[in-house]
Parts: sequence; C-alpha cells; structure tokens
Amino acid sequence: MTKQLDAYFGEFGGMYVPELLVPALEQLEQEFIKSQEDPEFKKEFESLLKEYAGRPTPLTLTRNFSPNPKAKIYLKREDLLHGGAHKTNQVIGQALLTKRMGKKRVIAETGAGQHGVATALACALLGLECRIYMGAKDCERQQPNVFRMKLMGAEVIPVNAGSGTLKDAVNEALRDWSANYEESHYLLGTAAGPHPFPTLVREFQRMIGTEAREQILETEGRLPDYVLACVGGGSNAIGMFADFIDDDGVKLVGVEPGGHGLSTLKHGATLCKGTIGVLHGAITYIMQDEDGQIEESYSVSAGLDYPAVGPQHAHLHKTGRAQYVAATDEEALAAFQKLCRCEGIIPALESSHALAYATKLAENVTEETIIVVNLSGRGDKDLTHVHNVLEQGGHYE
Amino acid sequence: MSNRYQTLFSQLKEKKQGAFVPFVTLGDPDLESSFNIVKALIDGGADALELGIPYSDPIADGPTIQKANIRALEAGVKPKHCFELLSKIRAYNSEIPIGLLLYSNLVFARGIDNFYKLCADIGVDSVLVADVPARESALFRQAAAAHQVDAIFIAPPNGTDASLKRVAEYGTGYTYLLSRAGVTGTETEAAMPVERIVAKLKEYNAPPTLLGFGISKPEHVKAAIQAGASGAISGSAVVKLIENNLADPTKAAQEIESFVKQMKAATQD
Repeated sequence: MTKQLDAYFGEFGGMYVPELLVPALEQLEQEFIKSQEDPEFKKEFESLLKEYAGRPTPLTLTRNFSPNPKAKIYLKREDLLHGGAHKTNQVIGQALLTKRMGKKRVIAETGAGQHGVATALACALLGLECRIYMGAKDCERQQPNVFRMKLMGAEVIPVNAGSGTLKDAVNEALRDWSANYEESHYLLGTAAGPHPFPTLVREFQRMIGTEAREQILETEGRLPDYVLACVGGGSNAIGMFADFIDDDGVKLVGVEPGGHGLSTLKHGATLCKGTIGVLHGAITYIMQDEDGQIEESYSVSAGLDYPAVGPQHAHLHKTGRAQYVAATDEEALAAFQKLCRCEGIIPALESSHALAYATKLAENVTEETIIVVNLSGRGDKDLTHVHNVLEQGGHYE
Repeated sequence: MSNRYQTLFSQLKEKKQGAFVPFVTLGDPDLESSFNIVKALIDGGADALELGIPYSDPIADGPTIQKANIRALEAGVKPKHCFELLSKIRAYNSEIPIGLLLYSNLVFARGIDNFYKLCADIGVDSVLVADVPARESALFRQAAAAHQVDAIFIAPPNGTDASLKRVAEYGTGYTYLLSRAGVTGTETEAAMPVERIVAKLKEYNAPPTLLGFGISKPEHVKAAIQAGASGAISGSAVVKLIENNLADPTKAAQEIESFVKQMKAATQD
C-alpha cells in the first residue's frame, strides 16, 4: 500500500478539483512524502535557506512599540528574508520538488506580486521556466513587482477574467495546469487549495515557528503567552503556529483583514464572517452568497485579499485551538506607521494587521505577558500605496 | 435510477446511431432566450441535454463557457431560476435525458441531499460535479443513489487502470470521456487517442461513454464514434453561437438548431 497523507483537517480540506488534476496532485503528494524521508533533500533545502535566503531570521524584542511595560512584544523577522517576506521559504521547497519530479516549467498565481516575485527568484536560481498569472487590475496596481518578476525571467500573464484579481489568477493557473500537468508544476502560493498543498506549504513554512520557539526559550526561558500572525490564505500563520499547537498554554491568534469593518461588506475576514463551502479545491470557510456564488473580498493589503482560507486554519478555528480576530484598514495603517517610528522597521501592510492586534492586546494586560508577532514581510513594496492612502486621509476604497 | 439514459442508449443501438449531446449554460444570455435555445437543441434532434448552472468560478471551463457564466450571472440568473427553467424544459419534453454539469459549491450551498432531491423532483436525470473527482465523491454518490439520479464521472485521458476502474464502478447513466487534457473549448481540438480508454471502460462494464472537450465539427462526432464512444458532447461550439448572436436571440436559436442537426447527422452512417 502506498503511503498517503491525510487530506483533511477535521471536516476541512480535501481535493475538490477536476478529475484531470488528481494524478498531478497525487504525484506531488508522493514526491513530497519521499522528499521528507530523504536526507539529501533536507540538506539541499536547508542549505539554500541558510546560504541563499538568510535563515535563521532573528527574533527582535521591540524597544518602544509596546504601549504597556508589562507586555513584551517580540517580532519574528521574516521581513529580513531574501525576497522580503516568508514566501521565499516554501517557494524554494516547491521548486526543489519540481526538479525532483523532472518537470521543467512552473506556473504560479500572484495577488500583489509577492508570491510571483518569490517564485520568479526561485525559478531563476534553479533554472526553471516560470509563468505567473496576475489579475489585470493587480498588474496595474503593482507595476514594480511586475517588473521584478520580468527581470528575473518570468513571463507575467495579466488575467482579465472575472474580477481581475487574485481569485481569478488562481482559476487561470488551475486551467493552465489542467492542460500542462505533464511538464508543469503549479506552485501554489499559500497553505490553502487542494490537498496536498495545505500540508506541504505548512511543512515548508514550519521553520518560522520552530526557530521562534527556540529563540524565545533561549531569551526568556519560557514559552510566550501569545503568538500572533496575519491570515489571508494563511501560510505565514500556519508556519508560525505549527510548532506551538501542542503547547497548550500558548494562545494562537490569527488576524484577518477587517477592511472597512466587519459590519460592512468590505473586508476579507473569512474565518470571522465567512461560511463553509468549497473554493479552489478545499472545503473551508469562504465568502459566498446564499446560493454559493463566491463574493469579492476586500483589504487595503493585497496579500490578505482572498475570499477563502487554508483548511487547517478552518479546523483550528472550529476546534477553538486558535482564535481569529480582525484588524481594520485603519488600525493596520496606524500600526504600520507606529512600527516605522518606534523601531525603525517598515512592516508589510499584511503583517501590520497582526501588529495592530498586538497593540490592542498589550494595552489590556495586567500581568507580565510575552507576545510574539510574525513580522511576515517588509513594507518596501507598500510605500507608494501607503503614501497615496495617507494623502487621501487614510481611507482606501 | 431514471431509465431515460438506458432507454436512449438501447434505442440508438437499435438504430445504429451514436448520441449527440449539446451543452449550454442555463440562463445564457437571459432566462427567456435560454428557454428558446434549449427548445432549439431539442427540436434540432439532440439525443440528451447537458446543462450548466451559472457559477462565479468555473475552473474547468475555457473562455467561451466562462463568458456564458458571466452573461447569465449579470442577467441576474440564480440557481432557483435555473430549477424553474428545468421544470419548463421537462414539461416541453418528457423523454429526453437531462444532465446537469456544475460546480460543487452550488451543491454544498443547498445541502447535498437537498440538491439531489430537487433534481429528482424536477426530472433531472444526471448530475456531473466538475470539481468532485471520484476520490471525493462518496457523499454525492450516496445522495444521487438515494434520489435515483445518475452520478456521472469523468474518465480522463491520463487515467490509470485503477482510476478507470473506479470511474466504471461509481458512474451510472453515462461516462464522460475526455478527449484531451485542459479545459473546455474549441481553441484546442479533440485529440482522440481514446481507444485504449474506451476498451478499458468496456472491460470494466462502465456506463456508455460520451466524448467531450474540443468537439465542434461533424467530423469530430464521427471520429468519436469510430473510436468506440457511444456519442459526443459539444459545449463551447454551441455557446459560441449564442455569443455571436447576442443582439438577435431568434437568430441564435435558428443557428443552434441547424448546428445540432448537422452534428446529429454525423452520428449515423
């Protein structure tokens, strides 16, 4: 009997794709299982992470950011990773798997362009052909990232179908893959989508939490009270949470994009406000109308603007092991500026959502509390956008 | 199970004909025109119907059928309207097998069991859920069986013997045979190296096979039948005729009726 991984997290997950894609996903699952048991793979992955990407990343105690002396806020510095965000970790893992499967071409989707840039850099490094699908609207909004991808040799295809954003780019990448799975790997950008992606991406992001756990034990001599991360599709959060899930005393908090507020229709808080359904291959919480048509999500931060979420987060939410909250655009923008001023660190808008909730949490503690926030990316990519938004009085439509 | 597919396939066998099955999206370009278009399919001689319910994210469809989904959604067509339309179609013709081809979230949203019950009540004969492969199909098959609706499965060109065996075992009504990889559409023609798969499916006693994807000309229908399939399904080529005649729905219906006649003619020697 061939070894297989569990495709489900409780009732969530699965492989809801056209029959055509099942052999490609099952092949990926087998290659992933083999690679996990192969010391050569582990060695190559770890050496690329260390010598190319710059791992391990530091854990930084903030000096001025915490509003309360009783609350210590630590940052896991994925912003310092090559490429500017945690995305690089798992992209290297999947690019290595692509080579092991003997495939020469990589397809990927991207929203703001961060996953596209990460994919392009890994493909340049490892000599793979690379095609990135990106919503036409997003191409407009994120010109510098389109240029970055092209510089590194990727072909960028604007997607006009549907709403012209991330969800449509995923649809188009899946369509390409249906025609070309023999020679192409679909390098999905987050811990969502059909099995085995949620498991595979988690394992290729797990080192974030593994390192953070060791680092905090070394500095503080104890585990943190809270571990925080922003959640769009959920890859940085699941990578951060994975090694803490069995630590019962550690509270895990995922922070979703609250947009204009959860009482409005403009947000992307799938776990806080969504309902159970199927999107992009998995049963999970999604944003949909009563008939099951997928609704548009919204966030000031393109990287969190996705109407579904990884199935393991759905499970952690349903079982209560992790708590999911939301931070609004306004709160995230305030936290973005505050970290710049207090610490001299420009955070990604995505990570700023987690920072916003950290501040709120810190304000209310009465006993000494340790909070670790995954600073999943740096904000260089957001500078023009934030500048424009602030000039319009901090309001983004 | 409903007997409409069985009756159809045995009648065609007697007449030494293959089946021609057109596909359109319900409510494209609007509900009223859609009813006239489906009538044109039936009047043109379609042996069975394959009908879609418009969905926001049709990942197995190419550009032509994506646009059909968008047109119908923009015309305000909801699943409940599609079910009303299906009742009208069933009233128009009580014998033709009607199959639904749609995406899983529309089934989930209504509740799997409820959805199949509704299909049975209306007289829908089969359901193919495009993004539910055989390995995830248990709940769908149970509901289909409970309400005597046929569950259709896809036999892909890359299918291993084991996966073809599973498709043969799980499927009832007919087997949807893919002519090639990729998504629906006439951009890529049917490739037809399907003899091996047809033979395997026969060996495993699968329901009769209908070949789909890239079927747009009478010679594709002929080739499908020569390769051993029981018939062919054509979607994007029909939908294209709707797209080309948006200003004149009557003309669309006329062109569709004559297209179906030509394609049907290719199923008989």
